[in-house]
Amino acid sequence: MVAVTGTGTARTGALAASARRSWGRWVVLLAAGVYFLVPLYAALRFAVQTPTGGISLGVFGGIPAQQGFADAFGLSINLALVTTLITLALMVPTAIYVHLRLPQVQRLFEGITILPIVIPPVVLIVGVLQVAPAALKGTPYLLALEYAVLAMPFAYRSLASGLQAMNLKTLVEASRSLGGGWFTTAFRVLLPNLRSALLAATILTVALVLGEYTMASLDQYETFPVWVVVFDQENAHVSVAVSLLALIGTWLLLILISLIDTRRGHRASTPGES
Amino acid sequence: MTIPATSRDTTTPTTDIATARGAGGALVEFRDLRRSFGTTRALDGLTLTLQPGEMVALLGPSGCGKTTALRVLAGMETVDSGQVLVDGGDLRGVPTRRRDMGMVFQNYSLFPNMTALDNVAFGLRVRGRNNAARRARAGELLDMVGLAERATRYPHQLSGGQQQRVALARALAIEPRVLLLDEPLSALDAKVRLQLREQIRTLQTRLGTTTLFVTHDQEEALSMADRVGVMRGGRLEQIATPGELYARPSTAFVAEFVGTMNRLPAEVVPGGIRVLGQVITPVDVAGRSVGAAVDALIRPEGLTAEPVEHGSGIVAHKTFLGGTTRLSVLLSEELTVQVDSPSVHAARLTIGESVDITARDTQVLVADPTGPSTTR
Amino acid sequence: MAPDTRTALPPDPTDTAASGKRALARLPRAAGALIGLLPFAVYAGLFLAVPTIAIVIGAFQDPDDGGFTLNNLEIAFQGIYLHGFITSIELSVITSVVPGVLGLVTAYAVQTSRSGALKRAVSTASGVFANFGGVPLAFLFIATIGSSGLAVDWLKGLGFNPYDHGFSLYTFSGIALVYLYFQIPLMVLVITPALEGLRPAWREAADNLGASGWQYWRLVGGPVLLPAFLGSVLLLFGGAFSAYATTQALTSGSLAITPIQIGTFLNGNVLAGQENVGKALGFGMVVIIAVVMVIYSVLQRRASKWLR
Repeated sequence: MVAVTGTGTARTGALAASARRSWGRWVVLLAAGVYFLVPLYAALRFAVQTPTGGISLGVFGGIPAQQGFADAFGLSINLALVTTLITLALMVPTAIYVHLRLPQVQRLFEGITILPIVIPPVVLIVGVLQVAPAALKGTPYLLALEYAVLAMPFAYRSLASGLQAMNLKTLVEASRSLGGGWFTTAFRVLLPNLRSALLAATILTVALVLGEYTMASLDQYETFPVWVVVFDQENAHVSVAVSLLALIGTWLLLILISLIDTRRGHRASTPGES
Repeated sequence: MTIPATSRDTTTPTTDIATARGAGGALVEFRDLRRSFGTTRALDGLTLTLQPGEMVALLGPSGCGKTTALRVLAGMETVDSGQVLVDGGDLRGVPTRRRDMGMVFQNYSLFPNMTALDNVAFGLRVRGRNNAARRARAGELLDMVGLAERATRYPHQLSGGQQQRVALARALAIEPRVLLLDEPLSALDAKVRLQLREQIRTLQTRLGTTTLFVTHDQEEALSMADRVGVMRGGRLEQIATPGELYARPSTAFVAEFVGTMNRLPAEVVPGGIRVLGQVITPVDVAGRSVGAAVDALIRPEGLTAEPVEHGSGIVAHKTFLGGTTRLSVLLSEELTVQVDSPSVHAARLTIGESVDITARDTQVLVADPTGPSTTR
Repeated sequence: MAPDTRTALPPDPTDTAASGKRALARLPRAAGALIGLLPFAVYAGLFLAVPTIAIVIGAFQDPDDGGFTLNNLEIAFQGIYLHGFITSIELSVITSVVPGVLGLVTAYAVQTSRSGALKRAVSTASGVFANFGGVPLAFLFIATIGSSGLAVDWLKGLGFNPYDHGFSLYTFSGIALVYLYFQIPLMVLVITPALEGLRPAWREAADNLGASGWQYWRLVGGPVLLPAFLGSVLLLFGGAFSAYATTQALTSGSLAITPIQIGTFLNGNVLAGQENVGKALGFGMVVIIAVVMVIYSVLQRRASKWLR
């Protein structure tokens, strides 16, 4: 039994294994990084290429001027607003009601709001066009009505987590005991506290509508994504540039949502909710 | 007995424990272990020996290094310097899975996809024992912990206490040289904890496995272990039998960490001290000059409270503990002492009543004064 | 399943069935209170249930006289449409299993790292990339592996032109490659909570009892993770199966998968007597996805029991 006291870390089997793991890890992450970043770079490069072989960022600036862009983008924004209104008007009272009066149904209800996900949009639009009255079919707002259905699961999830974090029952009882009527309670107590959940639900709905291609193209309305595809025939550079902007836009929106979430997380102290 | 300002290292362990039980466990030695995480020194020269078959508890506040010490023994942590020896063999370079030690974690360590029986049999399975043999042995062990009829249950179907018993059986199934317990009772209800304490101790004694047991609960440590090591800042303040630790703490930290201790301002007199207006001798005041200010450390059971008019203190609070009542007596604005009194007497005292405190013929320890007195 | 413009993960249907049954049992008493759900019920009924029922009915309806017929279904499951289903399923299987494995490996690589910054970066990146899809993604890949795309140029520089060897962005293999772009991040997102549910105590206990790394994965880690893994793969399958926009934007309908074929019934020329075949195809899709979702929710329930 020779006393060999060494300095420095004694390398046990565990350490050697983790060294091997970390090398493998970097290979995986590098490969992933390449796969995901190359297309972004490729798109950027393609978008800024001019026919003469040079590079110009003018393609981005020139987007609004392209033929059909204004109409398409305007239509999409329009639809997004209408959809958001419908979705919130429908889901906010319902979510509050379920959480307040029917807590036992909560789980079942969550299951129901998944249903739109089971019906693919391509199938849904076929059914819609089958039964919709001609008057509705003639306006793009038919899309808005259906988009609200698509947005339901995401809006409900946002609202539900916001409601769970705010001790709904207690606040309502407090407000009522102090003499507040339903109107007061709703607008002065509940909605202000749901601000971040409402914002998240809105952003998700808007992002959904601005990116929805399937139903719009099959219903033959030129919303923004539909326009991008059609315009590709004319000027691919512009289509690619627009796509890049759309992706960056989505990115920013999602970062916004997660920032809202973290702020909300700090204010609400309910453990385990996000 | 004077308590020096610096800590003292380990005392000589008693060897009669090993002879009292059968040979079952291994001899474990920590030699001057040091380990730092960044700037924090988790282990700062830990030296400790566990005799075969002995159960040693490492007790201390969080961050004192006790869990690190356990994990070093298990092979899950490395050391910057120092040695770990089991039965004389250096464990440097030996990975966890070849150390032949059984470990019980704080909670949630049972494999969720296996029944209790399969969990217990796991160690045997990876050692290549055949199906029948390992199921038989696992069954034996489950029986030993009293869970034979729950052998086919899954972990999520068992209560916390039952899960820990299965975890114990699993650790013992491989007949380990050393048993490691990492705060195994912390996550359990009080009542279950008490039951399990007994069970662990009985099993350990019967099998004679050397056991290292980490806890922050001093009651647990004192009631279960053969010897208790109090740790602070990565070093061992004192290691002794529970009785020794309680009656003859070697440092002020140990004195106040183990059990409740009153700390009172006092003055050195020839052969003793003057405290609470009385002179107490003999008290070990070696190395201190007469007239020096010191702190006297006295246990609550070492004081009495007598009702008098214009006494030195006022009864502030009474806590009924059964046969004894603990009185909180206010001696001055900053000084409160805990006094244990038989409930029969204490019942006659009222809150706000004036009392006189006297020290009984008891162990009084002396330490350097540390500012406003506190009682732990 | 999830719309091409997926913006967040579908909710977790754990325990829905069990609590649903309990909830149904209580319905008679709570009937009055259910009035509050009326607006929602009406809306969902009108804009979700009615179209769906229309599809189901239409699938069995003779386009000429409205009578019951199995003709549409017969046609839907033969010939080019059967081929479409098969292609769809093949595509969905490949773009769910492959990203399933790749996503698991990536998620594990991230999860075992000690860098908190890396974990956060990957989690935000996954959230973003999982929501790419449809049109913008199609164009990104045209610029990358289209016939004059950047990656193809690089390979040509190395002396190898994949297009000469039968590869094309606008065929099955090209589309599959594109799907990976949002399927892998989606897998990372979905499997990470499950990986985090793997308690370190299990690995340490296994180690301590003498198991090697391989034994741990084979006996504990693998089995525990399996339901979550399979469930996630199913989720990916459903998403890939329903996807329309990406393929349409890239191939303008030349790749024969079921969603595209359904689309042609709305805009293209339809053979006489086959007007309702599109609905039959839609019915088929709904059935397949419903089955997938049921299996998924069963697996989720099992997974949550072990990975609590």
